[in-house]
Amino acid sequence: MEKFTNIKGIAAPMLTTDGNQFSMMINVDTDMIIPKQFLKTIKRTGLGKNLFHEMRYDYDDNEIKTFILNKEPFSKAKVLLAGNNFGCGSSREHAAWAMLDFGIRVIMAPTYADIFYNNCFKNGILPICLSEDVVKYLAEFALKGEEFEIFLKEQSIRVSNYEVNFEIDTSSKNFLLEGFDDIGLTMEDSNLIDIYEDESNTNLPWYSL
Amino acid sequence: MTQPKTIYDKIWESHLVYQGKDGSLIYIDRHLVHEVTSPQAFEGLRLSDRFVRQPKKTLAVADHNVPTEDRSKGIEDEESRIQVEALRQNCEDFGIEFIGMDDLRQGIVHIIGPEQGFTLPGSTIVCGDSHTSTHGAFGALAVGIGTSEVEHVLATQTLIQKKSKNFNVQIVGRCPEYITAKDLALSVIGAVGTAGGTGFVIEYSGNVVESLTMEGRMTLCNLTIEAGARAGLIAPDNKTYEYLQNRPMTPKGELWESALKYWKTLPSDKDVHYDKTITIDTKNLAPLVTWGTSPEDVIEIGGNIPIPEEIEDDSKKNAIKRSLEYMGLEAGAPIKGLKIDKVFIGSCTNGRIEDLRDAARILKDKKVSEHVDAMVVPGSGLVKAQAENEGLDKIFMESGFDWREPGCSMCLAMNADKLLPEERCASTSNRNFEGRQGRGGRTHLLSPKMAVAAAVMGHLADVRELDS
Ligand code: SF4
Repeated sequence: MEKFTNIKGIAAPMLTTDGNQFSMMINVDTDMIIPKQFLKTIKRTGLGKNLFHEMRYDYDDNEIKTFILNKEPFSKAKVLLAGNNFGCGSSREHAAWAMLDFGIRVIMAPTYADIFYNNCFKNGILPICLSEDVVKYLAEFALKGEEFEIFLKEQSIRVSNYEVNFEIDTSSKNFLLEGFDDIGLTMEDSNLIDIYEDESNTNLPWYSL
Repeated sequence: MTQPKTIYDKIWESHLVYQGKDGSLIYIDRHLVHEVTSPQAFEGLRLSDRFVRQPKKTLAVADHNVPTEDRSKGIEDEESRIQVEALRQNCEDFGIEFIGMDDLRQGIVHIIGPEQGFTLPGSTIVCGDSHTSTHGAFGALAVGIGTSEVEHVLATQTLIQKKSKNFNVQIVGRCPEYITAKDLALSVIGAVGTAGGTGFVIEYSGNVVESLTMEGRMTLCNLTIEAGARAGLIAPDNKTYEYLQNRPMTPKGELWESALKYWKTLPSDKDVHYDKTITIDTKNLAPLVTWGTSPEDVIEIGGNIPIPEEIEDDSKKNAIKRSLEYMGLEAGAPIKGLKIDKVFIGSCTNGRIEDLRDAARILKDKKVSEHVDAMVVPGSGLVKAQAENEGLDKIFMESGFDWREPGCSMCLAMNADKLLPEERCASTSNRNFEGRQGRGGRTHLLSPKMAVAAAVMGHLADVRELDS
């Protein structure tokens, strides 16, 4: 996996609006992020054009001009902002692949669904947890098309003259910074797996096949 | 004295390869694989010259893409055909057992695991599929994973995990007639919310859970992911053992006896501490349906569609507005009587034999409403055969239901079975997300009994009124 370096770019806010009042879209599910018809691929790449497909294109495959990712400058967004429980539903890693392929490297939301959250790290995407208020505050900058800067090592976000820090556990952070191959790392411990298997063959033999 | 432990704690500890500060390495006993989330994992293995560490602990089946009508022609859709063929080839190359489309055992991955006895109490089970939680019904720690993790498990038979917290959902009281495991699950999701279980493993307990059949328990655990928890667990008991004994892949003879002794030590210790507990009293439960585009959008069949203006939280209010518009619904209107176009009985939530029996019993001697297109898709070839043995297929067909071949079908509409824009469907599946059953399609989740009521009446209806 590619190392995660500092990111600088446009942020696209996923909103639900009601008149002049807006709020962050909650429960953005992975079916929305990448609909099932695109799961037939046997590749990881090429999914970016279908990211949020049903919100992005009409039935005749024309771009829906009002959708955020179809508007300038957001069509080049590297950051996505959204509401609670982002990435819920299906485990499809295609959701992370589609984001990456589109160019999204950072997500900012109050909470994430577990499987999606893990999938992000495996693909070099940084999912940042921020309070609802902060996400909404950042969305105002995003709407103005201001550039966001994300410093993972320092755990900070900068936009215009505003700066905010975020929490992330050390192992996930290092994982992104180093671009680890976690399978390779686990395989370095294969003697421990051998030991476990030996013991388990004796203690829990009914699970051996 | 050792500290009391939950069943989750016990399974976790017995599968620790090592414990790290930020993540532990957990041994995986059983790995289920399907065609949609695995090709990139196998490709990853090939690219880095890696093997499958324990091919025998892996079982593969094609279910998401398979046609549910005439299979003699194979799969017509080219991409689907390539994906299913890729799975077959990958299994051959890496020495994994593959259940093909023409095999009687073929079916939805979460239905065939238990059927084959691949699912065992106290084991760790993973699958590149969020509804892996289903297998928790047997007292197994079963979690859905992404494709990178599938690759990790294939190569190492382990998974890096952080320990979750313990959440006890007690379901108690006298459960009224017509209330099924699906209604229980929907009421749990309604109470917990779609994110309420995030970071937790949910253990279901209480007299109502104990009284459920294994099929019912699977339905309940299946929907755990819709409450945000990756795994649901139910302590194994005699029903569990009876269900599993003599299945093709369960231990036999002395090994079975010693396993049994071990499994009896699994239930959570008395006085154990849970990080979170809720109790649901079933006394006043009515059959439930969803109105919106999130599984937490649950109401009683006699209830009214919510009014966004009455909601304080802005993001919730706006979400409801969006759902109402997508679903073509009027705020405040009754849900009962809403005209439907399609009915789908099936999926890993409600595609088991008991679900079909439940549905058939209500349906017998009634007809599907003229404007409704209704189908039954059994969860597996074995479920289908069993149902045909019992004559259920005839009841369905005589009433006007389509009787199909097993697979995921219109649960996610990756094959030819899908909703057209604005079509409304009464569905026994698990997700009512926008576009889930076809772009623009409108899904109402409900139990198989309630699906039959909708099919017969032609609109969302109360099965208690239909069947009296
Ligand atoms: S039936 Fe539906 S939820 Fe279950 S595995 Fe298939 S697609 Fe997923």
